[in-house]
Amino acid sequence: MTKMSFENHIMKQFDEELEEIRTRLMEMGGKVEQQLQNAVLAIGQADSKLAEEVIVEERHVDAMEVDIDEACILIIARRQPAASDLRLVMMVTKAVNDLERIGDEAKKIANHAILLAEGGGSIKGYPEIRHIGTSVIKMLANALDAFARFDAEAAIRTIEEDKQIDLDYKTALREVVTYMMEDPRSISRAINILWVVRSLERIGDHAKNLCEQIVFVVKGKDIRHQ
Amino acid sequence: MGVKDTTAVPVINKKASINRQTIAPKIASGHGLDVDDHKVTVGQSFSQNAKMTMRNVNVFYGDKQAIYDVNIDIAKNEVMAMIGPSGCGKSTFLRTLNRMNDTVEGCRVEGDILMDGENLYAPKLDVVELRARVGMVFQKPNPFPKSIYDNVAYGPKIHGLADTRVDLDEIVESSLRKASLWEEVKERLHQPGTGLSGGQQQRLCIARAIAVSPEIILMDEPCSALDPIATAKIEELIEELSQNFTIAIVTHSMQQAARVSHRTAYFHLGKLIEVNPTEQVFTMPEHPLTEAYITGRFG
Repeated sequence: MTKMSFENHIMKQFDEELEEIRTRLMEMGGKVEQQLQNAVLAIGQADSKLAEEVIVEERHVDAMEVDIDEACILIIARRQPAASDLRLVMMVTKAVNDLERIGDEAKKIANHAILLAEGGGSIKGYPEIRHIGTSVIKMLANALDAFARFDAEAAIRTIEEDKQIDLDYKTALREVVTYMMEDPRSISRAINILWVVRSLERIGDHAKNLCEQIVFVVKGKDIRHQ
Repeated sequence: MGVKDTTAVPVINKKASINRQTIAPKIASGHGLDVDDHKVTVGQSFSQNAKMTMRNVNVFYGDKQAIYDVNIDIAKNEVMAMIGPSGCGKSTFLRTLNRMNDTVEGCRVEGDILMDGENLYAPKLDVVELRARVGMVFQKPNPFPKSIYDNVAYGPKIHGLADTRVDLDEIVESSLRKASLWEEVKERLHQPGTGLSGGQQQRLCIARAIAVSPEIILMDEPCSALDPIATAKIEELIEELSQNFTIAIVTHSMQQAARVSHRTAYFHLGKLIEVNPTEQVFTMPEHPLTEAYITGRFG
């Protein structure tokens, strides 16, 4: 089955419950996406206030994770979903976990944004952050779009983007190490940069997980670790 | 203060989540499936180790066709669950397996139904002997109005399976043990079977069925008249029995099919739509009709 439908249950309430977790997952995805964008922006613009917002927002994301998980448990207990319904519910419980982790990483980036803004100094490392940041933001957006459309092909294409991000991450590491060697006084600043690119790389991995889960919902195939 | 990176920043999509709501597909109503389009059973209908073999089986009640061209194997020591909406033919199909349909006026069975390669509908075949080889448990427990002991002993007696009283005692005890009923009734074997609880009566019927050492046990919604505890006991029993017997079970409870069976067959309007390992049917069914049924979308 490639065409996904979470409607037309004899129990109309069940349709609504599935639609509800799907909508809430998309809301959570949108929120996390916003956090990531703001965190990356906060570094580029040395905007501590924006970074603070990202940090505060993280708590809302955590609360959403708990809420959606609870709704999934209720659906399993009440409806004993099967087949595509079951796959959707299982996917959502895993996806909220990945989204929450993305939120965590965005928060870490925001923390480093504050440190970098306070520290001042050169913009060395920013182009790397911006480059990886743009790729990761795009990848997450593509993953969330693929989920909204239940588009397994788009999800598989998006998984491929992670490879480039991993390569860019390695390149960035080398660059930052070079900055450290050139100017040992910049080491603590460079370490902050390192943590940021590391977080961005991790977000790419979580977006990849999300895509794998989309393929699982649509095709019923587990493509993890392949 | 820090230094600003003056180059362009990523495009911000403030309404990201809201945009996605609008692109999310709203699927048109109805499953859009027509059983008339169905030609071939999908999945794994056949087995290398078949106990029962059915080929091109058609069943008619007078002019009305109840089963269309069913091909399936039931493997030795397998628990095969038959599911499908009411009137899909699953019970009719089950009853062809021990010729219970013979007594139904106007019922006609076409095609080959073989047990270990032997045609069950061969004219010479002794139906009484067949019923000993293919036992049956019904929806409502139906013990004979006799003692618990006689309920179990009746079959072995008429089929001449016990020469002595000691042999018969042994069969009764082992059958009741296999049906997980012995401990509950050993002190009152000579009290009426009808005095037992519903769940116990059903296990008594299972003991009665296995007392004649059948090769196959057919179960037609064996738990639909039982409470959850009694149901759990029967399900536990089905698992144990599958070590010695081949079991075909019709059930309306999809959870039950998921719990007890090895393979699941999905029937729809007299057609066999899909047969697959149970774990696959309930997580990723192959046919959209199966999907629609087990997710509760039939209207």
